[in-house]
Amino acid sequence: MALQLIAYAVALSLLSGLAGLGASRYRSLLKHLCFPLLGLSGLATAAGGFLALCGDVAAAQLPLGLPWLPWSVRIDALSGFILLLIGMVLFAVAIYGPGYIREFQHGRHSLAALGVFTGLFVAGMQLVVIADDAFMFMVAWELMSLSSYFLVAFQHENAANRRAAFLYLLMAHVGGLAILLSYGVLAASGGGFTFVLMRAAELPTLWAGVAFALAFFGFGMKAGLVPVHAWLPEAHPVAPSHISALMSGVMLKVAIYGFVRVTFDLIGTVQVQWGIIVLLVGSISALLGVLYAMQQSDIKRLLAYSSIENVGVTFMALGLAMIFLATDHPLLGSLGLIAALYHTLNHALFKSLLFLGAGAVIQQTHQHSLEHMGGLLKRLPYTGTFFLIGCLSIAALPPFNGFASEWLTLQTALQGVVLENGVLRIVIPVTAAMLALTAALGAMLFVRLYGIAFLGQPRTRQSRQAHIPSLGMRTAQGLLALLCLLLGVLPALVIDVMGAIPQALGGLPEPGITGQGWLWLTPVSPAIASYSAPLVLLGLGLAWGLFYLLLHGGKQQQVRRIHAWDCGFGPLSPRMQYTATAFAMPVRRIFQPVWQLDEKVEHVRDSKSGQLTGLRHQLQVGDRSWGVLYEPIGRWVIAAARRIAMLQSGNIRTYLSYSFFTLLFLLWLIS
Amino acid sequence: MADLLTLQGWLLALLQTALFVTAAPLLVGWLRLLKARLQNRRAPALTQPYRDLSKLFRKEVIVADTASPLFRAAPYLVFSATVVTAAVIPLIAVHLPTAAIADVIVLVGFLALARFFLALAGMDVGTAFGGMGSSREMTIASLGEPAMLMAIFTLTMTAQSTNLSHAIDFQLAQGLVLRPSFMFALLGLLLVAVAETGRIPVDNPTTHLELTMVHEAMILEYSGRHLALMEWAAQLKLMIYGVLIANIFFPWGIAAELTSSALLLGLAAIVLKLMLLAVVLAVAETSLAKMRLFRVPGYLNLAFLFALLGMLSHVILEVGA
Repeated sequence: MALQLIAYAVALSLLSGLAGLGASRYRSLLKHLCFPLLGLSGLATAAGGFLALCGDVAAAQLPLGLPWLPWSVRIDALSGFILLLIGMVLFAVAIYGPGYIREFQHGRHSLAALGVFTGLFVAGMQLVVIADDAFMFMVAWELMSLSSYFLVAFQHENAANRRAAFLYLLMAHVGGLAILLSYGVLAASGGGFTFVLMRAAELPTLWAGVAFALAFFGFGMKAGLVPVHAWLPEAHPVAPSHISALMSGVMLKVAIYGFVRVTFDLIGTVQVQWGIIVLLVGSISALLGVLYAMQQSDIKRLLAYSSIENVGVTFMALGLAMIFLATDHPLLGSLGLIAALYHTLNHALFKSLLFLGAGAVIQQTHQHSLEHMGGLLKRLPYTGTFFLIGCLSIAALPPFNGFASEWLTLQTALQGVVLENGVLRIVIPVTAAMLALTAALGAMLFVRLYGIAFLGQPRTRQSRQAHIPSLGMRTAQGLLALLCLLLGVLPALVIDVMGAIPQALGGLPEPGITGQGWLWLTPVSPAIASYSAPLVLLGLGLAWGLFYLLLHGGKQQQVRRIHAWDCGFGPLSPRMQYTATAFAMPVRRIFQPVWQLDEKVEHVRDSKSGQLTGLRHQLQVGDRSWGVLYEPIGRWVIAAARRIAMLQSGNIRTYLSYSFFTLLFLLWLIS
Repeated sequence: MADLLTLQGWLLALLQTALFVTAAPLLVGWLRLLKARLQNRRAPALTQPYRDLSKLFRKEVIVADTASPLFRAAPYLVFSATVVTAAVIPLIAVHLPTAAIADVIVLVGFLALARFFLALAGMDVGTAFGGMGSSREMTIASLGEPAMLMAIFTLTMTAQSTNLSHAIDFQLAQGLVLRPSFMFALLGLLLVAVAETGRIPVDNPTTHLELTMVHEAMILEYSGRHLALMEWAAQLKLMIYGVLIANIFFPWGIAAELTSSALLLGLAAIVLKLMLLAVVLAVAETSLAKMRLFRVPGYLNLAFLFALLGMLSHVILEVGA
């Protein structure tokens, strides 16, 4: 049943893509056919995923592929979970889309491209998750990468967007190559391309290490781990916002799925060093991601960098799970795995909520920079409220969902005392402290984002005149905000269902997180730690209600409204407010070496009297990974290409002799 | 979990929370009295904070016309989050049902929730001061939080529980053992507490000088009952840190069973501990000068270093011993 539903979902996505073809002539087709089809596909995906998570495991062979290599599909608890996540976000995006694309409706953008590639992109993601052999996995993976390239390049009239799209394509292929090689290693020892054979194979330690390293590099690149993250903040923000939501909210999760599938399922026996590497890379990504996000003033770039942070947190939990599994603590291993996957689900929901909110803001104000926003909560009350819920969730504040998963991650880390290894026992708490630093900086980041964009006074005319977005856009955000709240308040219900996932990955035990009923989260045992989100919400509500009643005594009290205190100097102007750059300045100063800072202060003087008339402040914040990693590699590639280009003399006789010598060499080789 | 949820336990927990919330201004009054004596001033009455609060509650509320609805909701949110924090901390008795709702990491989360709304409220009106205060508060908090969690991890790894009641139980069962890790953790937590509650040398609760204020800058636009709630929440926060330090590191006297004599002893013990802690704070505040803002990171790094040393000494010296 589950597999059929997913098959329908893929068919619906492809149909939506097909319908998109017609959108070049009938522009309203996108709104009236493509998005509804995607919405249905989302529902079918979520339903199928949920059934699979509840135990409806199925496998099948497709009459597609090569004659000796048929495609096989399979759905189990892990893929069901990821499909559920895809389905929920996809459904929200499909409701959001029709209102959002209005601004492209009359432009010169090719709506057909948007429709076709969105359908293909979604189908690609759905197929990756159900693939049960390396061949089909790679085809679906490439479908996902290539079609999203066209979506990133959608607004290609802008040179920066073309550059971002090219970078995305390049990195996706470098990553894809690593994944392909990793499958190659697995297939060589398994004797075939199907996952069943790979799972059964016993790898020698060295080759297992090679397969793991390649998979970590490939999937990590797609997921945006530091230092191979630089493409992500370039590519995600330039796509239309609902696509950004799909890319940051869902595509990164597909990469995490791939990593979990290969490491925990196909390779099977993990080693403790791998866990340490994943833990360290994850914590560095989390910390650098949030620090870089802090210095962005483009709202979507900020959100993209924050995705790096959250992927980092997920990989930290995965690293902990691997360490515990390798040291023979399967219960704690599945605890870490559940923490990672729960964070994955939460991040999918709140990040797509935030991207959809950012899309609504950009549609209404036509501004990308925080410095031009302000006071939007009053102009866009719905978007503002839902965005606030997203910010609270991503800032890991109780009782929202981001907190539940980060709490589980911290609890997993605190169980490091059971390890025998003294170094690990120190490293793990230190990474836990890094997680705490990341969470605290994340709270600051989202105070900055929300405070500058939605509170205060409007900084530009466009922000002053923003209008409430369409009903569909509001509904989609409301739906995601509701899910964020539900997953935060009732985590035990979801985690209870997720207990089937460790079982599906090589029969790991189910961690007893929900052993005390739906009210409680009790990792390991109630004596060690417990958290009850419903009671926390109840307590907050009680305290609020009690004091509200006490203070108001049931009757509405008047408040007097006057202008804000201006120190007696005349009216305050919006320009006197703290800016986003100013807000992040203390952090910039404290963590200075992290960025490539280029700060210039220019004194503007009167030409005659030489008196100081003004100051001009310029600040450029660069990503260090460019200078350290990308540019040297780029230069090296170009230099190598130039050397090789010397072979090309343009003379036909030289080329003929190349062929001749190659032929001789090959003959010698096979003789 | 079921054995925890008795009616008697819940009633006691509610009473304890009420006591916690109502006693917070008294601690501030005591602190002010001590400071005045140390500085050769005539002290205000011990109940002056109550008078201030009741005056503010009766005053008219004035809201800036640029404020959004969030501005009016924030005082209630900040105050409720702080009250819930107070509810989960064992004050005079351990093993009350509220302590199981949230462990010490959730407690740090509650404080972060209150701070989040406090900082947003600071930015809401759109004056320069509010944004400045919010930016500084969040910077200080983001450096303080890892130090605090590191110190707490040291304790919880020793007690093998992040639940405050269980950690205190462990301490009580151990008796008086001098652990180097606890000494370092205590030092770290003391430094963080001073920073988080906005005391000298990090912030000055009595200043309204533009260049130096942090907490006051955020609540500058509040008046009437809103201001009263914000002030009360700040006083409650001071008490929260005081009780945390007193009851985690020096839990002796706290009521382990729910008999009236044990509860009375617990009450007397916590009053005494808080009075002594206030003396330490008053002496420190009188003898130190406020730091420049950009020396605060160094100060908080020191706190983190202490906490890290605590963790290292726990792992190196105490495990297996």
